[in-house]
Amino acid sequence: MTVAAPPAPPGRSGRARFARVRRDWTGLGFAAPFLAVFALVFLAPIAYSVYLSLFQDRLIGGTTFVGIANYRQAVDDPQFWDGLGRVGLFLAVQVPVMLGIALLVALALDSGRLYGRDFFRITVFLPYAVPAVVATLMWGFLYGTRFGLVADLDRSFGITLPDPLSPHLILGSIGNIVTWEFIGYNMLIFYSALRVIPSSLYEAAAIDGAGQWRIVAAIKLPAIRGAVVIATVFSIIGSFQLFNEPSILRPLVPDSVTTSYTPNLYTYSLAFSGRQEDYAATVAIVMGVVTMVVAYAFQLRGMRKEA
Amino acid sequence: MRATTPRTLSGLALLCATALSLTACGSSGTDAGSAAGSGDAAVSASALQSALAKGGTITVWAWEPTLKQVVSDFEATYPKVHVDLVNAGTGDKQYTALQNAVQAGSGGPDVAQIEYYALGQFALGKSVQDLGKYGAAKLSGSYSTGPWNSVDIGGGVYALPMDSGPMALFYNKKVFDKYHLTVPTTWAQYLDDARRLHAADPNAYITNDTGDAGFTTSLIWQAGGHPYKVDGTKVSVDFTDAGSNAFTGTWQQLVSGKLLAPINSWSDQWYKALGDGSIATLATGAWMPANLVSGVPGGSGDWRVAPLPQWQAGQNASAENGGSSLAVMKASTHQDLAYAFAQFAAAGAGVQDRIKGGAFPATTADLNSPAFLNTAFPYFGGQQANQVFAQSAKNVVKGWQYLPYQVYANSIFNDTVGKAYVSSTTLAEGLKNWQDASLNYGTQQGFTTGK
Repeated sequence: MTVAAPPAPPGRSGRARFARVRRDWTGLGFAAPFLAVFALVFLAPIAYSVYLSLFQDRLIGGTTFVGIANYRQAVDDPQFWDGLGRVGLFLAVQVPVMLGIALLVALALDSGRLYGRDFFRITVFLPYAVPAVVATLMWGFLYGTRFGLVADLDRSFGITLPDPLSPHLILGSIGNIVTWEFIGYNMLIFYSALRVIPSSLYEAAAIDGAGQWRIVAAIKLPAIRGAVVIATVFSIIGSFQLFNEPSILRPLVPDSVTTSYTPNLYTYSLAFSGRQEDYAATVAIVMGVVTMVVAYAFQLRGMRKEA
Repeated sequence: MRATTPRTLSGLALLCATALSLTACGSSGTDAGSAAGSGDAAVSASALQSALAKGGTITVWAWEPTLKQVVSDFEATYPKVHVDLVNAGTGDKQYTALQNAVQAGSGGPDVAQIEYYALGQFALGKSVQDLGKYGAAKLSGSYSTGPWNSVDIGGGVYALPMDSGPMALFYNKKVFDKYHLTVPTTWAQYLDDARRLHAADPNAYITNDTGDAGFTTSLIWQAGGHPYKVDGTKVSVDFTDAGSNAFTGTWQQLVSGKLLAPINSWSDQWYKALGDGSIATLATGAWMPANLVSGVPGGSGDWRVAPLPQWQAGQNASAENGGSSLAVMKASTHQDLAYAFAQFAAAGAGVQDRIKGGAFPATTADLNSPAFLNTAFPYFGGQQANQVFAQSAKNVVKGWQYLPYQVYANSIFNDTVGKAYVSSTTLAEGLKNWQDASLNYGTQQGFTTGK
């Protein structure tokens, strides 16, 4: 495979010297529009949140600088930790289930033994095209024990199914909604990673007499490890940011979904019902750091295995 | 170097273009900011008239159904003024959106419907305009005392009372007749009716309740409780007094016996259930008829109104539930027009529109007029329901106070007391948790708190 080898050293060093001369201006000129927007929509809000988190705005006494007092409060805030624990549990259960199913579907589609592959691919992906708000409202209706699908099942079979929206089942019900929404998305990531595996590897495996399971374990899974790591990192972030589903279900079942059900919902309630935007900013920052640490730790671990 | 110059230039040009477009975006929203009266200087009636003649567009956030007619009459009277009536949600949902807009500094309405319990928080947070500059204080004599005291906060008038909510028991007579239930005069009888009704028809409930802060506090109010004591910046909360205990004693039996329909108020299911007889009664404010007429047209003729059941036989205590005011937002750029609309709807010609639509006014002249009292409601089978409401208004227990941050307190009601509806937590325990959480918030907000 010498064709794909990097260019000879002399040429490369020549190009590097050429680039150094004008790097300072041209590069910056091209990057500047991006950097300006990046600073405006990414860095500035973070800086502003950090700034806010150092203050307290009270109904009596107005706004005062409080240093790290908000952070101290967050560390001792049981509502915050409850919410974090809840999304942690969600992450531990829902993400493996969702990614496992997505992987199975992707492998099935890729196996070439499936009749109507394109139909299945688009069908599995379709829920992802449904906006989360619509999906949650739809599931909220299906879960209903008075007029929904659950009610119909109860009536048709004369049984009493447990209420999926009761406090001890609702996390699982939300997990089901999220799984339904995102299997297709993750399947597509895995599937596209599978499609770029060179077919010569399969030919070699076939010549060596490897069966389908052997091919999956020895070729396909190792080849898409990168995609799995990326999908997992996305899912970790998504779990920690869980907001849409509980927020939309809350008006339906206010007693099951508390205002501090997930850290993001808590932040929202603090800012918009409790007019504590400073403390909300603090919780958001702490949550951001936690998410970053967990996602980064996973990525490091995932990549190390790969090496 | 020469070869690089054009690229550098084009890069810079792009940068400038971006910067320019960003600046343009940034400034476009602020040019209207310095329009009519955002100061506190007095505004005369003639200035108000000229503002109305000049015209403009104002946005009103309200969920009260009779305002629709008021808006079209207002626009007919002042053709240059256009009013956008937006339903931004009922009660706390609207307050969340409103708080959101206040925080953002834009996107809010010019006029907002705010319930009496909630006005204190918005006044304290300086989100609503003191209407003193329009001479609103002179209107004090036109309103009944309770509603006026709710808008007169610390010497400023922060809204105009739009309606009031002396409570009554709305009941579905058809259901009561069908199951031979007597209209309860005490809450003990109410409990009894609840059991008999649900036993006769497992799909029928005496009422719906999934945990409603306003309802709970109103019943405690009626029972003579005073859980909230507010004195300037001193706040205390105590849900263990006799009134609170009377409420939990009866209501816990309804909750434990699963005698309350698990349907949220104002949901589609709720309207449906009110129409088909699966919710047999509603103990709520006198502003309800307009909502029944517009939301439950199918129930017309079935419903009647009775005085609120009593905690002790022979009494005639009542309480307020809800009742709203119209406030002018501080961030409004058309405060003159906004006030003119609020005045039209709450003190002017709009009041008659609203009464015709089934609203219960806060203006004493209307409350005492025979025409109002003798109005027959076709929805209630021709009953002169206003007499029941007016009697209830006279019997409201004096001395009730809400927290200065009741909106927030109510927003966490379902986190705490709501647990009693879906788990083994009792109402009393839930109220204790609510009390603690409310006091906690008070302390954080700089109030001196105690029990």
